[in-house]
Amino acid sequence: MDAHPASVPPVSAAPRAGIRLPGVGAGLGRGLVVLYLSLMVMLPLAAVVDNSLSGGLDAFWRSVTGDQAMAALKLTVACSLIVVAINAFFGTIIAWVLVRDEFPGKGAVNALIDLPFALPTIVAGLTLLTLYGSESPIGLNVAFTRVAIVLALCFITLPFVVRAVQPLLMEMDREMEEAATSLGAGGFTTFRRIIFPNLMPGIIAGIMLAFARALGEYGSLILISGNIPFETEVSSVFIRSQIESGNVPGASAVSVVLLALSVLMLVLVSLFVRSGAHGEKRGVLVRTVNRVIGRSQVGGGA
Amino acid sequence: MTPTAPAKWGLRGLAFGYLGLLLLAPVAMIFYKTFEHGLGPPIEAMTSPDAIHAIQLTLLMVAVAVPLNTIFGVGCALLLVRRRWWGNAVIDAIINLPFAISPIVIGLSLLLLYGSGGWFGPSLEEAGVEVLFSWPAMVLASIFVSLPFVVRETVPVLQEIGTEQEQAASTLGANAWQTFWRVTLPAIRWGVAYGVVLTTARVLGEFGAVTIVSGSISGETETLPLFVAKAFEQFDEEAAYAGAIVLALLALTTLLLMSVGGRKAKAQGGPVPITGDAAISTSNTKEGS
Repeated sequence: MDAHPASVPPVSAAPRAGIRLPGVGAGLGRGLVVLYLSLMVMLPLAAVVDNSLSGGLDAFWRSVTGDQAMAALKLTVACSLIVVAINAFFGTIIAWVLVRDEFPGKGAVNALIDLPFALPTIVAGLTLLTLYGSESPIGLNVAFTRVAIVLALCFITLPFVVRAVQPLLMEMDREMEEAATSLGAGGFTTFRRIIFPNLMPGIIAGIMLAFARALGEYGSLILISGNIPFETEVSSVFIRSQIESGNVPGASAVSVVLLALSVLMLVLVSLFVRSGAHGEKRGVLVRTVNRVIGRSQVGGGA
Repeated sequence: MTPTAPAKWGLRGLAFGYLGLLLLAPVAMIFYKTFEHGLGPPIEAMTSPDAIHAIQLTLLMVAVAVPLNTIFGVGCALLLVRRRWWGNAVIDAIINLPFAISPIVIGLSLLLLYGSGGWFGPSLEEAGVEVLFSWPAMVLASIFVSLPFVVRETVPVLQEIGTEQEQAASTLGANAWQTFWRVTLPAIRWGVAYGVVLTTARVLGEFGAVTIVSGSISGETETLPLFVAKAFEQFDEEAAYAGAIVLALLALTTLLLMSVGGRKAKAQGGPVPITGDAAISTSNTKEGS
């Protein structure tokens, strides 16, 4: 593209090249992008769906509704729900403190919030084990219990609500709050009637993303949960155990369920941010959610 | 709003208490455990042949997956932002998939493609190409999980800078290639760099997908996260902690680069990549006014 034939005067050729060549380039580029995505992402996923249906729909259904698979799925969803509730509460408070409060070291604390996104998941699990495992220096051993699952999921999903609420809190018009206060509203009433409704879209978007992430989590749980079937075995760990015991179609069937749930959450989030907020707030929310999605998977896990 | 002093301290207490117990104390604890007996044991653990091999293999993953995903990411972002096409919405949706999928499912999907009973497995075996339980499958897993980052970070920057400068360059006689190298790339470089940092961090730490396709053979197909998991399971806690500290330090470096990159991008007039940075600076100015 950059070498002009010697006989063509570059000056007259160049403007034409600027218009014409990108057309060809775009077609080629598009082809390469589609090829790369197909080879790297779509083809592998198609193989999972295909394998899950290899024994027919009946076999698929039996795999998904089998006792152990069902127990794992219920545990995964239940723990994820508990975790998003905890996140909604503490995430909002942390965001409030980071935006409205002043204290020394605020920048460092703010940067630290992203640590669970940056830390590899296996390290996250090991880290929690040093304090809350069998050698706990504070005598608090939760290893191999369901509490450990909730703890690990709280750790890895910590930033979602904080980061989704922060920008909304920042953009909030303080005059509204001042008006409420001057009209005689107390601190809690102002929070309940003015602040909370304004932050709600961020909280909801944050917990949806946290939920999607918690559903598929693997690395941080493998060391701390003990992986006991019917007790502390979540779906991702169940899939792993099915692969290892040779029941690959069973693993694929549960994978397809997880896949569908996660994709559904992504779709719901994007529908929600488009309809759940208006005007300026929607713009802030859309940008925030895109950013949080983009940052959320650095350390691994989905 | 100025909450009453008790309310303010209550909120602070909850926020710091939660962060302290969940985040700070465990991270401090693992650093303490690693260096409990000085620098010697962790250094020794990290210089064992298996550990060195794990580090080398992890770097190989980065060396292959990051450039591929960077080239793809910039090209894909250019097409999504600069060229209208009916397929863009589909591509945009597919790009997000690796974010939504459990790493275990990603590992399984590669197993089903390249395994002995998989779609490509038998013909690859015939050709004598070893993919599964070897580094190529691990690279494929790394590419899959880290694919979206560069696209996601570059798209908003491209939208922000607009096309005026590019049009000016092409009016002045630059061809598409020259316009890209001299005008577009310098303008989006911080966005791309940011994406590269995130991609690298993700590849370094990937566990779930790689564990399925690697077979986790010590000294052969073990990346650093796999090394950590195996060391812990074999009660070699010193090696597990030492490996975890190396990964944790890399994660902290990532955080540092993220906040520096965020400030640079802001200085360049681009969108501010870090939510938190913006949150703090804006609240400070409001507080000051």
